[in-house]
Amino acid sequence: MNAPPLLDIRNLTVEFATRRGVVKAVEAIDIHVGKGETVAIVGESGSGKSVTSYAVVRILDRAGSVAKGSITFSGVDLVTATESQMCDLRGREISMIFQNPRAALNPIRKVGKQIEDVLLQHVQATRATARAKAIEALEKVKIARPEERYDAYPFELSGGMCQRVVIALALACQPQLLIADEPTTGLDVTTQKAVMDLIVELTRERGMSTVLITHDLGLAAAYSDRVVVMEKGRVVETAESATIFRKPEHAYTRRLMKATPRIGMSLTDLLPDDAPRPKVVERRTPQAEAGPLLRVDGLVKEYPAAVSGSLLARVTGKATAAPAPFRAVDGISFTVARGETLGLVGESGCGKSTTSMMVTRLIDPSGGTIVFDGTDIGAIPAKQFAASALRRRIQMVFQDPTDSLNPRFTAERAIADPIMRMGAITGRDALRGRCEELARLVGLPVELIDRFPHQLSGGQKARVGIARAIALDPDLLILDEPTAALDVSVQAVVLNLLQELKGRLGMSYLFVSHDLNVVRLLCDRVIVMKTGQIVEEGTAEGVLGSPKADYTKELLSAIPHPPS
Amino acid sequence: MLRLIGARLLTTIPSVIGVIIVTFLLTRVLPGDTAAYFAGPTASAQAIAEIRSKLGLDLPLPQQFFTYVMALLKGDLGQSLTTGQPVTKDIAARLPASAELTLSGLLLAMSVALPLGVIAAVKQGSWIDHLCRVVATAGVSLPVFFTGLLLVYTFYFILGWSPAPLGRFDVFLSEPPRVTGFLLIDTLVAGDVPAFRAALSQLILPAVTLAIFSLAPITRMTRASMLAVLGADFVRTARANGLTNARVIGTYAFRNAMLPVVTTLGMVFSFLLGANVLVEKVFAWPGIGSYAVEALIASDYAPIQGFVLTMAIMYVMLNLLIDVLYGIIDPRVRLEG
Amino acid sequence: MTDSSRIEPAPALRFEAPPSTSIWTHGRHIVAENPITGFAFVLFALIVFVALFGASIAPFDPLASNTTNALQPPNMRHWFGTDQLGRDIFSRVLVATRLDFSIAVFSVALVFVLGGLAGVTAGFFGGWVDKLVGRIADTIMAFPLFVLAMGIVAALGNSVTNIIIATAIINFPLYARVARAEANVRREAGFVQAARLSGNSEWRLLLTQIVPNIMPIMAVQMSLTMGYAILNAAGLSFIGLGVRPPTPEWGIMVAEGASFIVSGEWWIAFFPGLALMTAVFCFNLLGDGVRDLIDPQRRT
Repeated sequence: MNAPPLLDIRNLTVEFATRRGVVKAVEAIDIHVGKGETVAIVGESGSGKSVTSYAVVRILDRAGSVAKGSITFSGVDLVTATESQMCDLRGREISMIFQNPRAALNPIRKVGKQIEDVLLQHVQATRATARAKAIEALEKVKIARPEERYDAYPFELSGGMCQRVVIALALACQPQLLIADEPTTGLDVTTQKAVMDLIVELTRERGMSTVLITHDLGLAAAYSDRVVVMEKGRVVETAESATIFRKPEHAYTRRLMKATPRIGMSLTDLLPDDAPRPKVVERRTPQAEAGPLLRVDGLVKEYPAAVSGSLLARVTGKATAAPAPFRAVDGISFTVARGETLGLVGESGCGKSTTSMMVTRLIDPSGGTIVFDGTDIGAIPAKQFAASALRRRIQMVFQDPTDSLNPRFTAERAIADPIMRMGAITGRDALRGRCEELARLVGLPVELIDRFPHQLSGGQKARVGIARAIALDPDLLILDEPTAALDVSVQAVVLNLLQELKGRLGMSYLFVSHDLNVVRLLCDRVIVMKTGQIVEEGTAEGVLGSPKADYTKELLSAIPHPPS
Repeated sequence: MLRLIGARLLTTIPSVIGVIIVTFLLTRVLPGDTAAYFAGPTASAQAIAEIRSKLGLDLPLPQQFFTYVMALLKGDLGQSLTTGQPVTKDIAARLPASAELTLSGLLLAMSVALPLGVIAAVKQGSWIDHLCRVVATAGVSLPVFFTGLLLVYTFYFILGWSPAPLGRFDVFLSEPPRVTGFLLIDTLVAGDVPAFRAALSQLILPAVTLAIFSLAPITRMTRASMLAVLGADFVRTARANGLTNARVIGTYAFRNAMLPVVTTLGMVFSFLLGANVLVEKVFAWPGIGSYAVEALIASDYAPIQGFVLTMAIMYVMLNLLIDVLYGIIDPRVRLEG
Repeated sequence: MTDSSRIEPAPALRFEAPPSTSIWTHGRHIVAENPITGFAFVLFALIVFVALFGASIAPFDPLASNTTNALQPPNMRHWFGTDQLGRDIFSRVLVATRLDFSIAVFSVALVFVLGGLAGVTAGFFGGWVDKLVGRIADTIMAFPLFVLAMGIVAALGNSVTNIIIATAIINFPLYARVARAEANVRREAGFVQAARLSGNSEWRLLLTQIVPNIMPIMAVQMSLTMGYAILNAAGLSFIGLGVRPPTPEWGIMVAEGASFIVSGEWWIAFFPGLALMTAVFCFNLLGDGVRDLIDPQRRT
């Protein structure tokens, strides 16, 4: 690359003024992006990757400022450029797309009008041609029936569709550089693939450069030419994406890479080399002869359909017959054997969480049976299940560790809650002792158990949630996306902890996840769900290795595969 | 749009029913003898008995309610003892004065509060922002009758700029022919400029008093919702796409920020209609508020009941208007109405 | 003041768990950052002191009239002057503090209990309780609140107790709605679900998981409505409801002084009005301060 790079970030330091004084969010980083090149910036939360991109387009909030360094974009110094120069560059030369596409669009303006605003701003269209050009822009991002969609409001579009509109906005004026800040986080894996493929196609077509900001190393390697790894505000490594998986140089990259679940690795492979290995517990083969621990048969959950038609229509009796209720879970049957981990996978809205909530007896099924160790627990109303003797045997680890801890309870109080309600232990000291024991079991430093949730890190909160769930030695533990809110390195540790605990305490797991790579590592058997029904089930190797159903194949092929 | 209005109109029905039930109950829970209250303090025992049977107070409660509703439907709110007129007629005659005062106060307040709130949010931390905070806190702290009196003392007694706080029109001028009942409009329709100026000079102080009172909540809400919207993702997108500051603030932020402000207007109206009573008393304004206060002093109950009912119905209608306005701004409400 | 959560927090803030801070250090921080809040706390203490001991420190008998001494402007002997009956306005303002303050405190306490309970139950259990509470709140909200208060006091009778009741009733929807919304969002929160799994009954969940988490928000609500309650009560007595002369009360004193404003005797209405304004101003500042202390996200 002999030509000067399109974007050249040199020695950039960005500072934030906070109550605790000035904090450096980004420190002395160098990044350059050549013409037509796609560079991925990878890092975990707090690595400063987004701050860097905001600094480039100068949309840092007022507490943040560039303290040192330069940002040059095709010869223009962006740090010293005037605000009106920047306005001219943004959208026309450098565009950005963001995470959470629905929130990124003005909720009360037609999407077509929003595209027109950008076109008119940069004199790419006149009032007379704006509409046609906006429709053309929608067409380019492969939105079906663009003339109709022109008049749609964001709330009428799906998340993937909104992201297409955001891309249309960003590319409307044919910029030279596109910055995509976690463009697919929160989208389903098949939607993610569609969106990423679209971005790649459109940028290649126009010879654009792209900066892809992501926490997902796999995604970065699959879609970029070069990868920049950031940690705590610093660039620790820059490498060709083809080589970074094979020969990671920096220790942090190695750790990050190792922690990213991929095909052909085992759970312990995720841990850093220097980390203590969890005790190898022999994988007990599921004991089929004792009968399954859980047998679910024809399980159905219906929700009344949203009332359509205006109040007026209902009052005047013009409403048509009541619409059919919505079936979130549509007659599924499965079993969980003793000592087994069953994975329940599917995209958002497939009914996997509803299923787990019914099995946990937090909501009542509309039909079918849930037989737990010989008792039909589905027949016990959810409101009364708290008083059931079986309550203590079925527990759950929640998706969001922050949300699942009462902000006014200390870690100890949270762990002690089930013991106080249903346990046999009485007396302050015995209770304290048990809590400390549980804390040690989940690897939570004992001195932290007097802290409140806001004083703990995400990984520590996850451990508190797990300690609480296993406090009463349950037989069945439902894991509802237990690592979805965690960084990959923390996820690796938590997954290993779960695997170890299962063997030690002789539990069975129902593992709900959208992440097939994680499911592959942890589960014995897998169920794939779509629109409330089971499309495929079998052993983890069988389903994920040689899928039979088209939907499973689609899911698997949508996972970004880093070059191996 | 029509469907939305229709649907909203239907949702006001329970409110109106609730209002009628509550006003009915208010007259029946009077401790002591309702008839004695209605008859006034000087009535004889026989007069009270007469009124009791005339009002049907010896009938069972459901039947009384039925009679009450039937009378309401005919527009009959009873007789005022002090004026000797039907309450409906009194209220109809005095309503325009109150409406003119309230609306001028509100318009005045909005014309100051909206720009102030927007500028404070855009220039966060500037002197306008600090001014905005002071206005917002001080404004809600001022008892409206006290502000009125301070203004009268300053502008009438000390400076002599405004006329005596005695009603809405100079007693020596002749009132214009009634068209809308709003003196500012009627005098202009009649082409009577001196009369217009007289009416305006009477209106200014009470309207400013009301405006100061309602300034605070509108400013506060405008600033807060502008700040929230300016921090929203879609504003970041608009900026990242190069839209100018003026366009981002004007088209993108302002319209979104107006949604909570419009909702707050309902609360502001509630405050305004209440404050109106106090301001009318301070300025001897011949509206329905001072009518109710006079009736209170004379223990003349029918006008008070009529006043509470009228205010509530008006307030329900204003809320309907606000809902429709909200629907115009927000497509999510309009399309899913 | 600025919201930097939009940009990812700086690494130092994210990687180390924040050090534990007590509410006192946090409180000191807020007072240091916003001295006005500190000022409001001092003012509040002063108001409470006068409310408790006003009658003992008043230099004159607030009810003793002396017509030879009537309508004196403020002077060394009568700091706030005297009224048309020659009563010392300073003493009357001091003594009135207790009544006005009590009305505000009692009405807010009443609505806190009633509205809070109704709202929390409605939000947590839903169903018919929710519908009933919602209907009651909607009906009250259908009235302009001050007008409804006028109607209630006129109907129930002219007494201080009824002013307290009326003020509580018109604030009911506000409390019920806040409590309902807060209980409702937490009903399905992860930590409540987790507590369900721990074998807590629904009522126990309400008391141990929901209520403690709502209390701070309700406390903010209380301090924010104190000012409104006192204004409302004074407004009612200004138009002759509730408190009767010669009882010293700020609203009625302003009403008595109102007719003297046009002839220039400003002090009769001015000082009680000033006292009222100061009290309300103090409560509002305090409300903002308490909100900053308890619920920093809601700052405006």
